[in-house]
Amino acid sequence: MSADSKKNCEGETRRGFMQMFAASLGVFGGAMAAWPLVNSLNPAKDTMALSSVEVDIADIPVGSSKTIMWRGKPVFIRHRTEKEISMANAVDVKSLTDKQSDDERVQRPEWLVAVGVCTHLGCIPQGQKPTENRGEYGGWFCSCHGSEYDTSGRIRKGPAPKNLVVPPYKFVSDTTIKIG
Amino acid sequence: MSNAPREKFDNTVVEWVDSRLPIFTMMKNEYGVFPTPRNFNWFWNFGAIAMFMLITMIATGIVLAMHYTADTKLAFDSVERIMRDVNGGWLIRYIHMNGASFFFIAVYIHIFRGMYYGSYKAPRELLWILGVIIFLLMMATAFIGYVLPWGQMSLWGATVITNLFSAIPFVGESIVTLLWGGFSIDNPTLTRFFALHYLLPFVIVGVVLLHIWALHVTGSNNPLGLEPKSKKDTLPFHPYYTSKDFFGIIVFIIFYAIFIFYMPDALGHPDNYIPANPLVTPPHIVPEWYFLPFYAILRAVTFNMNIYMLAGLGLLAVFMVEFIWRHKPKYLNGFLGFLLLVLGSGLAVFGLLADLNQGWEIPMSAANLAPISAKFGGVLAMFGSIGLLVILPWLDNHPIRSARFRPLFRIFMIIFTISVFILGYAGSQAADKVYFMEFNNTMLAQIFTGFYFMFFLIILPLLSRFEKGRELPKSINEAVLSKAQKAGA
Repeated sequence: MSADSKKNCEGETRRGFMQMFAASLGVFGGAMAAWPLVNSLNPAKDTMALSSVEVDIADIPVGSSKTIMWRGKPVFIRHRTEKEISMANAVDVKSLTDKQSDDERVQRPEWLVAVGVCTHLGCIPQGQKPTENRGEYGGWFCSCHGSEYDTSGRIRKGPAPKNLVVPPYKFVSDTTIKIG
Repeated sequence: MSNAPREKFDNTVVEWVDSRLPIFTMMKNEYGVFPTPRNFNWFWNFGAIAMFMLITMIATGIVLAMHYTADTKLAFDSVERIMRDVNGGWLIRYIHMNGASFFFIAVYIHIFRGMYYGSYKAPRELLWILGVIIFLLMMATAFIGYVLPWGQMSLWGATVITNLFSAIPFVGESIVTLLWGGFSIDNPTLTRFFALHYLLPFVIVGVVLLHIWALHVTGSNNPLGLEPKSKKDTLPFHPYYTSKDFFGIIVFIIFYAIFIFYMPDALGHPDNYIPANPLVTPPHIVPEWYFLPFYAILRAVTFNMNIYMLAGLGLLAVFMVEFIWRHKPKYLNGFLGFLLLVLGSGLAVFGLLADLNQGWEIPMSAANLAPISAKFGGVLAMFGSIGLLVILPWLDNHPIRSARFRPLFRIFMIIFTISVFILGYAGSQAADKVYFMEFNNTMLAQIFTGFYFMFFLIILPLLSRFEKGRELPKSINEAVLSKAQKAGA
């Protein structure tokens, strides 16, 4: 290799480096400029502000349910009967798709609070009224793709991968809960 | 665009413009004298028909946007106002609504034409891939547009489809929240969907221009799949194909108008005339007809993909690439190929059985480790079924283009087309519908989803290697003339 071509070669490397450096800076700058635009599509402050509700549960008799809206989604509140509670406890947790015991899903055994959105593709399962189809396990039945939930809102049959989500909530008093 | 010497125009105004911006020369070269194979059949009308539909959709869509309000409280009523109070609004909306269906009819026939006559083969691969991109953009635009009237199907169709993205491991939930702009489909979702529904058609226009540009570089394919060799093989685009396309468009409009005027809601769902209600899901959610085959593929994956299945499919993929697609494996011999085939299919079948029988005692119980859940698998299969179209030019590298000279390919292509229709039917029915005995709709969808993937990944590569094909005519001209002579005799 002659001295001339070596020099040339070095020059190319230096130029190549500068080009790569400039291009990376350009990509980085472009991503930085795009980020506020993309981030503006995330939930806005007013949407986030709606993220907690207080619910009066005094008017729900044993054995019936109430549906309330939280973050644009229905939340199922079921005042469970003794039989429903014992059904939820009777199952072997190891045999479940999404392994959770009933204790982990409720704060007070007679009250089940769960987001009423099927974890498969987001339909609203039936079963809030006793006249509706509740499926084999006495909880909820999703008619879109046939998922069945038990009295603890756990997936027992069908394509849904997860149990009904338990939202964060606390008992403000014996008759009021705050969701969110 | 070309540097070829420009011919002068007689009209002085035209000449003044053309000498500064040679737009008239371009029009003349690309649409006037453009040499086009002389043997087009009616299938070659559907490109022009699709173009006509795109223009119709944009024209009616811009006017509809002037009357529509993208707000969850007002959207449904603003569409009803278009239907009842806006002058001729019902007509414009029905043209737009049915236009989506007829755009897809034209494009599906156009895609079938491309597959049957091998239009995707070299040197037209990029032209074909641009077409697949247009198809994907159309699907996105149509889906988003269906959400805008804010009826029950709008809301719940959007819920089901956007929830698909939640299947993506780790980032799925964040992606869905980002898409929605909230914790459910609500006003922020509607406003961004409207913005995108206005934007995407113009993106489609851009890709269509690239598609046509690429077409004018390679020239059109034709029913014989032969490249034109001499001037005898071609005709100038104008007046031969301008008039034929014009006639085809008129016939197409007749069918389109029958739907617009006599059965405008035949292709839609009555549920979408009920205002969206986030507390009640309609009992049977079905996408629009043009999505049904893909919806069936989505629902067909009811099993997890465990590591045995993935390993087995991986070995089979190595076998297909090395022994079938590459013809002459350099570093593998026949025995190794046989071993790959047996081991691969064995593992895949074992994995599937292990997944279906959860009670089995599996070595290391690795079958319970499923990297791809059923939900994610369905999403992958659905997008994969379109992704296969992108790599189609390489899956089928048989030297003969047209199915006319490939009897086996022709048979499989026809079976494939029928199976897509059956998938469409399966997509329209409830998942647990029973046909006979224990045979239900999910199984029907699974069989034909299996065939769909086999067609692309096994049958096409095998045919590419082993099908002999018929003898090709010497030229387009010779084939056309001999056919004419036979008809005359």
